[in-house]
Amino acid sequence: MNKLTATERLSLIRHKNRPTVSDYIPVIFNNFLELHGDRHYGDDHAVLGGIATLNSIPVTIVAQVKGRNIEENKRTNFSMPHPEGYRKALRLAKEAEKFHRPVICLVDTPGAFCGIEAEKRGQGEAIARNLMEFMTLKTPVITVILGEGGSGGALALSVCDELAMLENALYSVISPRGFASILWKDPGREKEACELMKITAEDLVGFGVCDKIISEAAGGAQNDMRLTASNIGEYLCEAVTRISKTDIDIMLENRYNRFRKIGMFEE
Amino acid sequence: MLEDLFKVVRARFNDESISEKTEKASDDVSIPQDLLFKCPRCGTVVYMEDFEKNRKVCANCNYHARLKWQERLMLTADTDSFVEFDRNMTGKNPIGFPDYEKKVREMQQKCDTKEAVVTGLCEIHGYRCVIGIMDSNFMMASMGSVVGEKITRAFEYATENKLPVILFTASGGARMQEGIVSLMQMAKTSGAIARHNQAGQLYVTVLTDPTTGGINASFASLGDIIIAEPKVLVGFAGRRVIQDTIKQQLPDDFQTAEFMLENGFADMIVERTMMRRTLARIMKLHNYSRDAGYISGGVKTHEKEV
Repeated sequence: MNKLTATERLSLIRHKNRPTVSDYIPVIFNNFLELHGDRHYGDDHAVLGGIATLNSIPVTIVAQVKGRNIEENKRTNFSMPHPEGYRKALRLAKEAEKFHRPVICLVDTPGAFCGIEAEKRGQGEAIARNLMEFMTLKTPVITVILGEGGSGGALALSVCDELAMLENALYSVISPRGFASILWKDPGREKEACELMKITAEDLVGFGVCDKIISEAAGGAQNDMRLTASNIGEYLCEAVTRISKTDIDIMLENRYNRFRKIGMFEE
Repeated sequence: MLEDLFKVVRARFNDESISEKTEKASDDVSIPQDLLFKCPRCGTVVYMEDFEKNRKVCANCNYHARLKWQERLMLTADTDSFVEFDRNMTGKNPIGFPDYEKKVREMQQKCDTKEAVVTGLCEIHGYRCVIGIMDSNFMMASMGSVVGEKITRAFEYATENKLPVILFTASGGARMQEGIVSLMQMAKTSGAIARHNQAGQLYVTVLTDPTTGGINASFASLGDIIIAEPKVLVGFAGRRVIQDTIKQQLPDDFQTAEFMLENGFADMIVERTMMRRTLARIMKLHNYSRDAGYISGGVKTHEKEV
């Protein structure tokens, strides 16, 4: 049982030695073949995509890339995708659908990038289209949140049949700082927001948003990347095998209902 | 009817210094809200009465200002044709945000609706459709459980009954006070649209002021046809957030309807006076018929054809 507070987890997932997809992919998968570009505008390095084998089953991987140093972060824009990143993800997912290959989304982003170019090229449209298209994608989709699951930028890769989170990962509607800034006009109340927002993996299981919590090494993933990777790999193998056995129509009905049932209201 | 609905308390006016009906106001002059309207785009000040007669469109720059849901409905639906869905649905407090229920109750009284979107069945020039109107007066029409559920149900109803959906979008984004539950409404509504599409039914989005954040990143960007009202704000990230990120001034037309049209994210900009006939024309061109009959139990919307 993870006893860390949300604030403590927040500092863990922002830890400079926190493993990233660049660490995990070579350990979890074999034969990774990277594929580039969204076929519309360009290639966004914040989203890594390609095909690999998982326990000798071919899978498509779509992953948000945090840099491990300043050079890598410049290249991957601190894992904040532009619209072409989301469109690249969708294009690769469509290719996977054609060949009945499961899609694995690895999420780790503070959020979608905010900037003039991102707006011009339709950041909102790119995310919206992913939400809609992934909902009816006729192949299994599994999402694992590795660290930060930041708002719409994370959701765009999280319309899936099953969502797992590393035990210290967080998934939220906005960053705690943004939350404090908007609702209390005081970004300094970040910690308080973090505890109030209910954004830990356990909280999200309670909301029906997260299906599975994957253990990290004791003290956090940075203490033993290989052990954490092996836990992720084990989960993915089991989930891919299980979900692939489901009839496609039933799988899509279940996927729709995963989201359809979320909401708290009375009439 | 128009004038009735737009009725405001009219105070007597003795200040002779305001002799012109339109006059530029400097920023430090405070404007009595119920008497004068100051355009947030061009700064022009007009009498509220004239502004309302002009359907809340700025006579100087053509900015199409925000409407209450009742005003929008009256301008859009045929007389007596509207039947509301899910009128009594209200939200809960998923993350236990302090005073959230109180805030919602205040808004319910102020806006005469239980939540930030009103959905229902109506006719427009005789074409029957499912309509959704978001009201930015209600907590900036942010999307929580109720908004997400009502919009999803509206699409599901339309899919089942082979009807087009027309959504007037306005929102600041996801409702932060509901935490992750509000984020999930983006996926939920988009999923309902995916099914509406699979059933071959039409969805028309009308972008009104402001359509931003999580709504821009979900159903507001997914219409088969996307219409925008002139000069309205449409975009993903907040202007200030972008300015803080890139440390430069943004162009004036940034994130406007015109910007969306220019960049390929809207089909057309349509004036308020032309909205009804444009919507009817679109439904006609998609082979919907106008002989769907009278909708019983509708409330009065407007008397004259616009």
